[in-house]
Amino acid sequence: MMANMKPNSGAHVGVKASVSLIMWQVMLAISPATVYGLFCFGWPALNLFIITVLSAVFFEAFCLRLGGKLAKPVLMDGSAVLTGWLLAMTLPPWAPWWIGVVGSGIAIILGKQVYGGLGQNLFNPAMLARVALLISFPIEMTTWANVSPLFFSHSPGLIESWHITFIGLENLDATTGATTLGFVKTEFSQNRVLVDILKDYSGFLNFIGWTRGSLGETSTLLLGLGGVWLIRQGVIKWYIPISLLLTVTVLAGFFHTLDDQHYVSPFLHLSSGSLMLTAFFIATDYVTSPNTKTGQLVFGAGCGLLIFVIRTWGAYPEGAGFAMLLMNSATPLIDYYIRPRIYGRDRKGKPLEIPKS
Amino acid sequence: MLKICLNAVAPVHNGIVKGLKGLLVTPFFRPLETITKPENESDVFKLFLDFFSKPRIRGGVHAEQNKAQTATQNIVYQFPLPKKLYIPLQQHVGKPAEPLIRVGDNVLKGQLLAYSQGLISAPVHAPSSGVILDVNDYPAPHPSALPIRMIVLETDGKDEWLETHPVDDPFQLTPEDISLRVGAAGIVGLGGATFPTAVKLNMGRENQIDTLIINGAECEPYLSCDDRLMQERAEQIIDGVRLMLHGMVTESAVVAIEDNKPQAYLAMQAAAQPYPLIKVLQIPTRYPMGWDRQLIRYVTGKEVPVGCRSSEIGVTIHNVGTAHAVHKALRYGQPLVSRVITVSGGAVAKPMNVEVPLGTLISELFDFCQVNMEQTARVIMGGPMMGDALPHAGLPTVKATSGVLALTQDELKNTDEQPCIRCASCISVCPAGLRPLDMANNIRINQLDVAVDLGLKDCISCGCCSYICPSNIPLVQYFKYASGEVVARQQAQHKSEQTKRLIDDRNARMERIARQQREEELIRIAAKAERERLKAQQETLV
Repeated sequence: MMANMKPNSGAHVGVKASVSLIMWQVMLAISPATVYGLFCFGWPALNLFIITVLSAVFFEAFCLRLGGKLAKPVLMDGSAVLTGWLLAMTLPPWAPWWIGVVGSGIAIILGKQVYGGLGQNLFNPAMLARVALLISFPIEMTTWANVSPLFFSHSPGLIESWHITFIGLENLDATTGATTLGFVKTEFSQNRVLVDILKDYSGFLNFIGWTRGSLGETSTLLLGLGGVWLIRQGVIKWYIPISLLLTVTVLAGFFHTLDDQHYVSPFLHLSSGSLMLTAFFIATDYVTSPNTKTGQLVFGAGCGLLIFVIRTWGAYPEGAGFAMLLMNSATPLIDYYIRPRIYGRDRKGKPLEIPKS
Repeated sequence: MLKICLNAVAPVHNGIVKGLKGLLVTPFFRPLETITKPENESDVFKLFLDFFSKPRIRGGVHAEQNKAQTATQNIVYQFPLPKKLYIPLQQHVGKPAEPLIRVGDNVLKGQLLAYSQGLISAPVHAPSSGVILDVNDYPAPHPSALPIRMIVLETDGKDEWLETHPVDDPFQLTPEDISLRVGAAGIVGLGGATFPTAVKLNMGRENQIDTLIINGAECEPYLSCDDRLMQERAEQIIDGVRLMLHGMVTESAVVAIEDNKPQAYLAMQAAAQPYPLIKVLQIPTRYPMGWDRQLIRYVTGKEVPVGCRSSEIGVTIHNVGTAHAVHKALRYGQPLVSRVITVSGGAVAKPMNVEVPLGTLISELFDFCQVNMEQTARVIMGGPMMGDALPHAGLPTVKATSGVLALTQDELKNTDEQPCIRCASCISVCPAGLRPLDMANNIRINQLDVAVDLGLKDCISCGCCSYICPSNIPLVQYFKYASGEVVARQQAQHKSEQTKRLIDDRNARMERIARQQREEELIRIAAKAERERLKAQQETLV
């Protein structure tokens, strides 16, 4: 009915924007961190990245065909590629191929298409897949490869990388280890204090991303730059990232000042794990975040709080995935209670009183 | 000392802010915090205080202006008089005017053709001299082009004025008399709302308003008729403003002009110089700055409650074009028979502002401005944000026509609709504080009641949401459809309730009649039995 109507009311002009343009801009913003991650972790990471993105596109096309829709125009909006891309960023770089495939399947089918496709999902698809994988395959999802850059002598070559991706990793101890946050967590359980734990820790290397971690999450610097570019482009607003990062910083700072041997510093929080990726690229997902400025500030603060709580007192060293899912489920609630005031009405929707002059 | 410092700082601060603004201009035209331009040192303090108070502008977009094509040229007065003029009887909000001429009558320019009916209405005058050809239904300048009543006037080419009787000094007239004369001249709000001006003047006077705002924002892209009018006829406009102040018994007026019209601002300021009661104010350029309620909030800081007229909070707002028409009506006794119209758009070879008699067909206007109809993808009456798309150009211009645009496909917004990604741009640009995406989602699944609860009736159809939407969802179209549908459903419900009531009444009536009949029957039977008893008694006695 409406679709066939010729538009006769405004606005007749408008911004030259499209969904795919937004998606491409986001991809452009994460590409420096991705390229860096691929460089740091070499061929196996590239294999995993390609497999994850391709299977995301495949599952999207499959679901669309199942629903009797033309797949090509929807695929062209780039949202499936972006979902696969973001998921690949959060996976351990040398994870086997099926982690990527299963993860993409969960993200696209369970995370997006069962809700009705783009714009309808309650949870961020990439985070849903990440959490599902982490719970289902804890070994594969916590095997972190050492930094072994492309073309370095001790790094795996192309042929060797196929072996890692499709058959599995041998001599685990020599090529893998713990992430900074994971190491801190296990050492705390041995009753050691931070001054001992962080003897070999380099804040600078952590900041630029020369450390073990997920494929695209290690470089705080590049992710932060990409995020700032996105804000400058107007694709995302600053409300969520800033309130999220500020909450983590304030909380971490407070506890670190109270006891600097049992609570890691704000800087380590900010430069470790998936905080930057989450703050700028995951939490700012339009579909699963609140609509208003205030709502977004609350949402960001909630994410920050949960991330800090899970990292500090939870069983997992990193809590971004869980925090995101919890806050995603709170989004409808936030949108229900925090809404803009309509002109000429009060917050409850009643007309304003005429001022007595 | 402090004053000097602030004076020195203000321009620098402004420069930095402008620089930053330029730096931050993005392909998405996201709303940046608007910076008002401090005019003097006291405004700097005000600006500082405003930083902590609630924002005076909400929402809005920085649409591409496209005004330069027409705003740099003088208004053209040499429009050839059309052979025929099609004059609708309703060119205003309220009841249509009632014709008092007959087919075949000779009329002079400015002669009354149809008188106003009822409290809210406006008369219609002859835009030129000639013969009345017809009074009948013709297609209206509306997207539907449904027929409405029009007077067709065949011009005789003489353009001969009716003898007018201007007063020597309109300021000697009583305020009531000003309203009467403005009403008799058929003046309506020329910004596009077409509310009868006389009624507004009366409301202003009765409510003893304290501020008259003259709307020179002209925030719609492409349009520049008010801009040119202010540049070329500033003194006449200021005279009209003074007459309106007199008519409303009000002391102060503020002329608000967007800061993309510096020449109009200077001209108006110069013209207002002798009258300290009239203040000329530059306001930020941002669509929809000309929305009356946005402007009222910006200028006075007051917000008009829903369901109230602005005069109830002591403010009345008129357009600059209206002020000019008031000047002509009171100084020269000329009714509203022509107006300045912007003809622009990518398909127009000679875009311009041109004064045309009301009732001129758009097609003739297009011929004059050399519009390439093959390139024209859409004909729009009004601005590109709020204007209506017309099905063809064979429709007349009316009092509300501020512009006629012939836009090419390149200029139009892409109509390739994609799913909503809840980016919430529409929420951040909505000047009325609505949530267009939620409203549209509910309308799509036919939950119109929910949409009404979300504030459908507070939508002003400004088009900001449609403008910004990256998924090209025609949100305003949804809202207009839903508003119409809600009214239709209410009417249908009202009708069915009425029908039900009538049926119930009839059933009750029938029942009552049946009961009465039964009772009468019983009485009759009882009477008969009584008669028979008496008869039997008498028989036994006999």
